[in-house]
Amino acid sequence: MSDIEFLNAPLVFKMLAALALLFAVLSVTLRNVFHCALALAAMFILLSGVFVLLDADFLAVVQVLIYVGAVVILMIFAIVLTEKITSETVRQTNQLLVPGFLVCVATLAGALYVLTRVPWPSGSPAAQKETIKLVGTQLLSTHLEAFEVASVLLLAALVGAVFLGKEITRR
Amino acid sequence: MSVSVEFLELLWILLPELLPSPLYALARLGVAFVAVMAFIVVMVLFAVWFERKVIGHIQVRIGPLHTGRWHGWAQTIADAIKLFLKEDIIPKGVDRPVYVLAPLVVFVTTVVVYVVIPFSRNLVARDINMGILFVFAVSSIATLGIFMGGWGSNNKYSLLGAMRVAAQIVSYEVPLLLSVLGVFMLAQTLSLNGIVEAQKGLWYVFLQPVGFVIYVIAGIAEVNRLPFDIPEAESELVAGFHTEYSGLRFAFFFLAEYANMFVMSALATVLFLGGWHGPFLPGFVWFILKAFFFMFLMVWLRGTYPRLRVDQMMSFCWKVLLPLAFLNLLVTGLVMSFI
Repeated sequence: MSDIEFLNAPLVFKMLAALALLFAVLSVTLRNVFHCALALAAMFILLSGVFVLLDADFLAVVQVLIYVGAVVILMIFAIVLTEKITSETVRQTNQLLVPGFLVCVATLAGALYVLTRVPWPSGSPAAQKETIKLVGTQLLSTHLEAFEVASVLLLAALVGAVFLGKEITRR
Repeated sequence: MSVSVEFLELLWILLPELLPSPLYALARLGVAFVAVMAFIVVMVLFAVWFERKVIGHIQVRIGPLHTGRWHGWAQTIADAIKLFLKEDIIPKGVDRPVYVLAPLVVFVTTVVVYVVIPFSRNLVARDINMGILFVFAVSSIATLGIFMGGWGSNNKYSLLGAMRVAAQIVSYEVPLLLSVLGVFMLAQTLSLNGIVEAQKGLWYVFLQPVGFVIYVIAGIAEVNRLPFDIPEAESELVAGFHTEYSGLRFAFFFLAEYANMFVMSALATVLFLGGWHGPFLPGFVWFILKAFFFMFLMVWLRGTYPRLRVDQMMSFCWKVLLPLAFLNLLVTGLVMSFI
């Protein structure tokens, strides 16, 4: 990233962050569910732009690959297969509006509390040239337990999905 | 030809010394953009003519013959001009912003992919160390564009086509990525230039034959070519997701389709056929020749095989290609750790 360091100015970050926030808000406020999903995809792409600015290129690429390429596509599948979900008369909220709002506020408060207390390292550390190598070795040494737990969880989700997707035949 | 290519390569190396850093970066991006756009247009015009001629001869016809005198070489240029002059029609019931944006999303993502393709040692717009992952990530956004086109058109054939595309691309992406992993393990890098450099002595097609076959099959499915063109099956879906598009918007989808075919061919060249490596001719020419070998292969398959059924295609992906790709990965890992 040496010769585009002039792009690394805070202005680019601000623009990306503002646009990401805009699309995040749009993804929950738009009336049409399909448009919401598209706004969510745009938000993920902008977020990966922020990751690029932070020299986390592996994270940026994987963000687009997984979230836009798989998660949003699956959501759109669900939307398209559901009848009349995109009509204007569908209610935007349900009876969990107030508890949901309270949980969100609590999460925000907790995040702000942590963010303001943590002593952030000042000065930028040297950019990692081989992020992917670092991620790989860390994942299979320092964070092996978390990696294994995640894989077991994914396996369980896979088995569950197969069970749900299978046609149940009555005996 | 070869002199001008070498001059361009020399210019590519010398320019960073001549211009100050930010100006150089901007100029380089601009030049790369113009060059990529020009290349895509010329390549697509040629590829369409090439396909029509080859498929014609496979079916014992002659294909286009009159426009431009020599074997109808100007036929696709005439077709393109006709497409550009067409009236811009937007059907009444469409979801307007989505309908208008869809061709742009598909086309722009395809163009962005060309940024990392190494046409020769120095002829690459930007060699990033996530090269191949970048290609797959950006192409996965194109699926979204196809879905937008199918849904925004507000037409059942478009929607069915879009759903088939998405199902097909999401499924075949899995064996595709897994087949490429074997190459990463051998090359120890994700940079496309690095992968080509690593094949200086021996092409990976000889070390990864199974991976190569999986890549070619899954790659053809990714670009929706026969025998995997179920999303646009003319006999059942009119034209699939772009049924409602005409004129310039259709031209964008069309350009993107052929540009994507070339991306798949170019990646196969980079990953398995040693990229620009080759004797006598300059690297750029070797690269184009190898890539067009794959283009020819796709046309050949189109002329040879009938279309698959949806269920056949899905079960082939999940029950044959995926286990094979895992096996290939396992064997590669075992061999590499014991040798």
